[in-house]
Amino acid sequence: NDGCRTLSLSAHVGFDSLPDQLVRKSIKHGFCFNILCIGETGIGKSALMSSLFNTNFEDSPSTHFLSSVRLRAQTCELQESNVLLKLTIVKTVGFGDQMNKADSYQPIVDYIDAQFEAYLEEELKVIRSLFSYHDTRIHVCLYFISPTGRSLKTIDLLTMRSLDSKVNIIPIIGKADSISKTELPEFKKKIMSELISNGIQIYQFPTDDETVSEINTITNGHLPFAVVGSMEKVKIGNKMVRARQYPWGIVKVENESHCDTVKLRRMLCTNMEDLREKTCAYYELYRRCRLEKLGCRDIGPENKPVSLQEVIEAKRLEFFLEMERKEEEIKQRFVQRVNENAAMLEEAEQQASMPILTKFDHLMRMHQAEELKLEEKKKILEDEIAEFIEKKAVTEFIQSQVSVSTPVVSLKTQGLQKVSADA
Amino acid sequence: PRAGPVESKNEAAMSELVPEPRQKPVVPMKPVGINTSLLGYIGIDTIIEQMRKKTMKTGFDFNIMVVGQSGLGKSTLVNTLFKSQVSRKSSGWNREEKIPKTVEIKAIGHVIEEGGVKMKLTVIDTPGFGDQINNENCWEPIEKYINEQYEKFLKEEVNIARKKRIPDTRVHCCLYFISPTGHSLRPLDLEFMKHLSKVVNIIPVIAKADTMTLEEKTEFKQRVRKELEVNGIEFYPQKEFDEDLEDKTENDKIRQESMPFAVVGSDKEYQVNGKRVLGRKTPWGIIEVENLNHCEFALLRDFVIRTHLQDLKEVTHNIHYETYRAKRLNDNGGLPPMTVETEENHESNL
Repeated sequence: NDGCRTLSLSAHVGFDSLPDQLVRKSIKHGFCFNILCIGETGIGKSALMSSLFNTNFEDSPSTHFLSSVRLRAQTCELQESNVLLKLTIVKTVGFGDQMNKADSYQPIVDYIDAQFEAYLEEELKVIRSLFSYHDTRIHVCLYFISPTGRSLKTIDLLTMRSLDSKVNIIPIIGKADSISKTELPEFKKKIMSELISNGIQIYQFPTDDETVSEINTITNGHLPFAVVGSMEKVKIGNKMVRARQYPWGIVKVENESHCDTVKLRRMLCTNMEDLREKTCAYYELYRRCRLEKLGCRDIGPENKPVSLQEVIEAKRLEFFLEMERKEEEIKQRFVQRVNENAAMLEEAEQQASMPILTKFDHLMRMHQAEELKLEEKKKILEDEIAEFIEKKAVTEFIQSQVSVSTPVVSLKTQGLQKVSADA
Repeated sequence: PRAGPVESKNEAAMSELVPEPRQKPVVPMKPVGINTSLLGYIGIDTIIEQMRKKTMKTGFDFNIMVVGQSGLGKSTLVNTLFKSQVSRKSSGWNREEKIPKTVEIKAIGHVIEEGGVKMKLTVIDTPGFGDQINNENCWEPIEKYINEQYEKFLKEEVNIARKKRIPDTRVHCCLYFISPTGHSLRPLDLEFMKHLSKVVNIIPVIAKADTMTLEEKTEFKQRVRKELEVNGIEFYPQKEFDEDLEDKTENDKIRQESMPFAVVGSDKEYQVNGKRVLGRKTPWGIIEVENLNHCEFALLRDFVIRTHLQDLKEVTHNIHYETYRAKRLNDNGGLPPMTVETEENHESNL
């Protein structure tokens, strides 16, 4: 309470209407919610979204031959009583189709980061309008697991691990009508244990509020949701219900004993606010990493708080100058290279264009010049040798006056001759 | 996305058999033109309850400033508004106490609860305003305080690792007390409101309105409104921030008829017609504070607390704060370097 006294009121003041005032404003403003669906081509993403929100999210069926994973977003407005919801569904296209799936998760991570980046950019603007900004940050990621009945695939683990610190992940089993009732519990258990043993953080429905903690704890035990979706409706009795009609029976999408689709819908709706809150926390993490990368610190040198704007401006200037310098460098190098190449080319051309005889002539003349040079060198060397012999003679004569002469001279002369032969 | 042609003929049949949408909450329905109608209940409207629950858990901050010459009944009015002793009344200056040489800023915080809603209410008093011989620039300490709160918030917002909920000390509402002279506004009133209406929501009130008759009151209010308009002073609710037609019609009525509210405050109760009411006892009768025939206190209370409390905060956050922030980030040299007051400088009512 930071030192504030609690006062008791002597009569009704009326600020208990504050939540209502807030709600009224929020309703006027509208809500938005963004769902990301990750799953293989054909696993039933569009069908499930259509079933969950009772609107047609049909897409043209995509090919299996895309070279990389792409993402496609669709936005629609839904209204229920007086709540206006701007719903955006983002779906992966071509996920799991490539031969080499090592980089499949990257476009997804990039997309999520791009939404955070866009929000951060808006937040950092000098004149900004956060109030009317259309928030595109992903609030929940529905990860579709293939109904193999066995376990998770490597790509599942790889993708979820790369996302679990950026978005709320709810794992679901797509096309769950292909798994029998007896196989399903085992499959679910296997999946959950694999997620835990691989340290993958999935979204846990909050259990701190007493009114929902019981339901949420039970629901947490139902994960992953085994869902079935359908674009078509089947007439049962005198009602049209979303269902899949097989020769052996009808799978009703909204029947909780047939599949968990209704559970998923209920959980998404009743925890929308919590999902948005947790997304804000992920955003704060992104923001912190991003700003730290830019070199921002909360405490600058001399322990004075640094203005973010100043730091960004300084960094921007730094980068700009660096860019300019690099550009100049590259330009210089390019010019140099061009000149070198041009010179080389010219010489080669000259060589090539000379007729053979002139070339021969040219070469001979070169040889003659070399020979002349060598002759000259030889002469100089011989002169030096002669000089040396003379000097030697003089020294020895002086020496012989003092001691007995040695046959060194003749050996030396021999050595000298050897040298002059090599020159 | 629209339902395909195959489904259209079944839509009518569908809608009769679909369960009824949930009970509409108290808030009135807004007419919208949307091309998608839901067949079957989804549960999106539960977000309202989630939102309400969340806000009740986190609680609210509200900071109200009172400005006016001493003796106009500021403390009494605030206590009457919030039905508790939020302000300590100054019993006038006796010879031992000194009149403050400049305007002082005293912020005192309290926590009050009603209907499960917890509110941290901070009342910011400005003793010394308008009490000196020379009152030129006496709004400056007040403007400085208001800007300091914006600065504090900005610093928190700009942090790398920032708090989940930034403590809000920004002044959401400034009640300016006009002397009930019956003539017109004083130069001090105009100067103050001209400077401060650009940085904070100002709600002018006519203090001690029990000194005027009904006719005098109406005339005075008209004259004050005229003078404010002539001087280009936009008091809250400002015309340019009306969000839609609904807001505009509601606020026009308040701007052109009710404001400035002519109020009387009291924390004493008297028996009138078998009921205990707040009032002032005089030889010629009891003035009932919450009786609309006697004064407009109830209008002020409803306006500030029961209908526009959230809006006061939103205008402060989305408009006044953003204006400050933009100016601060744009011309780094424009504003002098701020020295933010630390906790020690604030008085706390311990």
